[in-house]
Amino acid sequence: MTNWLPKDFWTRNETLVAGVIVLFCVIATISDPRFFTITTVSDLLRAAIVIGILAVGAMLVLVSGGIDVSFTAIAVFAMYSSTVLFLAIWPDAPWPLIFAVSVGFGALLGAFNGFFIAFLGLPTLIVTLGTLSIFRGFLLTFIGSQRISDLPPSMRDFSRGVLARGTTEAGNFYSIPWAALALLGVIVLTWVMLKKTMLGRSIYAIGGSVESARRIGINVKWTQFFVYVYVGALAGLAGIIHGSVGRMADPFSLVGLELSVIAAVVLGGARLIGGYGTLTGTMLGVALIVIVQNSLIVVGIPTTWQSVTIGILILLGTGVPAYRAKRAAARAG
Amino acid sequence: MSPDHDTAFVDLRAITKRYAGVTALDSVDFTVQPGEAVCLAGENGSGKSTLIKIISGVEPATAGTIRIAGQDRPYLNPRISAAAGVMVIFQDFSLFPNLSVAENIAFATQLSTHQRFFKAKAVRDIASAALDRIGVRIDLDARVETLPVAQKQLVAICRALASRAQLIIMDEPTTALTEKEVRRLQGIIRMLKDEGVAVIFVSHKLGEVLAVSEKVVVLRNGKKVAEGPASEFDTQSLTYHMTGRDVPEVPPSDVTPGAETLMQVKGLTKAGSFADISFDLMAGEVLGITGLLGCGRTSVAKALFGLVSPDAGSITVAGRPVPLGDPQAASLARIGYVPEDRLTEGLFLSQSILRNVAVGRLDAHSSGGFLDMTRLADEAADWLRRLKVKTPDVNAPVQSLSGGNQQRVALARWLSRAPRVLLLNGPSVGVDVGSKADIHDIIRDLARQGIGIIVISDDLPELLSTCHRILVMREGRIIDALDGKSLTEDDLAHRLAS
Repeated sequence: MTNWLPKDFWTRNETLVAGVIVLFCVIATISDPRFFTITTVSDLLRAAIVIGILAVGAMLVLVSGGIDVSFTAIAVFAMYSSTVLFLAIWPDAPWPLIFAVSVGFGALLGAFNGFFIAFLGLPTLIVTLGTLSIFRGFLLTFIGSQRISDLPPSMRDFSRGVLARGTTEAGNFYSIPWAALALLGVIVLTWVMLKKTMLGRSIYAIGGSVESARRIGINVKWTQFFVYVYVGALAGLAGIIHGSVGRMADPFSLVGLELSVIAAVVLGGARLIGGYGTLTGTMLGVALIVIVQNSLIVVGIPTTWQSVTIGILILLGTGVPAYRAKRAAARAG
Repeated sequence: MSPDHDTAFVDLRAITKRYAGVTALDSVDFTVQPGEAVCLAGENGSGKSTLIKIISGVEPATAGTIRIAGQDRPYLNPRISAAAGVMVIFQDFSLFPNLSVAENIAFATQLSTHQRFFKAKAVRDIASAALDRIGVRIDLDARVETLPVAQKQLVAICRALASRAQLIIMDEPTTALTEKEVRRLQGIIRMLKDEGVAVIFVSHKLGEVLAVSEKVVVLRNGKKVAEGPASEFDTQSLTYHMTGRDVPEVPPSDVTPGAETLMQVKGLTKAGSFADISFDLMAGEVLGITGLLGCGRTSVAKALFGLVSPDAGSITVAGRPVPLGDPQAASLARIGYVPEDRLTEGLFLSQSILRNVAVGRLDAHSSGGFLDMTRLADEAADWLRRLKVKTPDVNAPVQSLSGGNQQRVALARWLSRAPRVLLLNGPSVGVDVGSKADIHDIIRDLARQGIGIIVISDDLPELLSTCHRILVMREGRIIDALDGKSLTEDDLAHRLAS
């Protein structure tokens, strides 16, 4: 075996998911040569931005040994209420300020989750199921339930900003929006945190064993609290990007997406028991989910089969490694 | 103050600890010199874990003085204690299964030096230095979950060393190790002692660590009852000091002559675990299976109940063959199995005592898919009474019971199913002396009622006081079949070790 590959390369989820993606692309390109073009890639990338940012947050929670289902509610809450706020007091505010406020709202709601989970020690699924309903209900009842298409102009400006655009020889238009940079920034920031700081390593350690983490002196409570605040902030960012790019603040959007996002993260190798998860895996999982959601039709599978396909992928993607591990354990025992 | 106290790394004087009126420790003096290995022995509830908690700063003492590393410590918490060089290696090692060996070793060090950033190279250096120190090679990048138990223990030791341990406290260090691994551990302990690192072993079973220890301290009911050079103790005298009596146990009465053969095992073999296991079990007989850790006795026990699937051989109960590797078939043949690790294999810890017993009888009390709850509960309660399970409330969770009572609940579940053959793996592991004698009574009593019982244990007095015959295993084979009556503990210990 080659030395530059990690030892467990062939048994990793990442490899499996990447393989499925490549396979899908090959089949898709064979059945429709127009599939593998820059237009498709830029379409998929655009679709992956919001899910990608949310997935980074979801992965972080899984790594820390918890699960969060409220992040979509946080995203839409932060997006809608910051939009309403700025429309009321300062419609001409620059977009970075609006974004910052949305991120702040997100962090605040994340802190709400974090308080119950880290300081009161309540189960994460129960807390976030509860807050999912609360955030959503609060938003629709007290802040508004109208779709707003008349956004602050600076948000529209943001959505028009592109990193690259052009027309292919075949005459298809493509563009990569600024928002792609946000996803990149989130990935880099999170990567540095997870790999290069003691905070990040502590998150992995807590996911591995809370009791051991406590015994060697990791501040478990604050670390958990931080995780939920960070996830909330990422949700706030994802939400406002979703609103800007879609040019509409829709209080009914995003909620319902949380299971797809968690599916992407789990496909990428994060384990529900905590302690495991990589950014590479998460991004591959997101890519696979986005491809399935947008391009299934190209290989001749009807769109209605989307969720069945995703379900099968999850069963295979997590089942195969789990089954392998079980066999290995049985042999050793 | 004697020079003894001047040089001591840990010097506890007249330590008393009371919990809500219960005296856990009563004026105990305890010293550990640098480079000294001390065996701290005692039954459950003798106060040895309390003493460890006080040294490691987890619990404050009610009275007495504590000096660690030459300083009086009127106030102690885990951080202060760790900073002074006291490191506890818990039985579960407290490692992070998902992190690499290097990170596991260096994590605590990085935290204590208040690093904000994770420096992969520094971490590897710290880890490889610690591994070098005990002369062990383990892949630094391997995830700890992939390591065998013995290597996990070494990683835990290295972590303590990396944190500049002056005193390493090891809780039941040899329970999970094979003989060879125990010898390697002994070598490492000797090396650490030469470097001036002190060690405290906390254990029920001390034979294996006596060889590397200087001093033995025995606690009983919160008092220090014996202290002296390790050379003056052997397993037998330790047991005497720990229990305070030569536990008077009646030897088993004879098997009724001409009793029918209940269970026949022929040529049971599983590659890598055990080979050619054959024996007969009579009705009313108690058969012991013993051997050192790693000899395959637990695998055999599991195979008899179908939890391990043997490659070859046969099991018959009352003349009828039992399919191999199928616990349900074993259960139908009325074989019962009480596992060694009650906590993870035997009981539903958070469920009520009553439910834990009743779950074995669900099929007998159901009609048309519904359960007759009253009859189910009555029967379970009856068994709890017969086994003298001490509990104020049968609806309390099993985990609220003491080890001895938990074991009785596990027994009650199986007895309510009227087994013909009962496999008891380590029936008194983690059980205090009093309960132990009671459990032995129960075993003898059940045998008199005609149940065939197999006791799998390495507790020699237990085997001698309950078994008619004892099979000794080594490296997966039965090497001896001994008559329990004419056997002494020394004989048996000799056969085990030879």
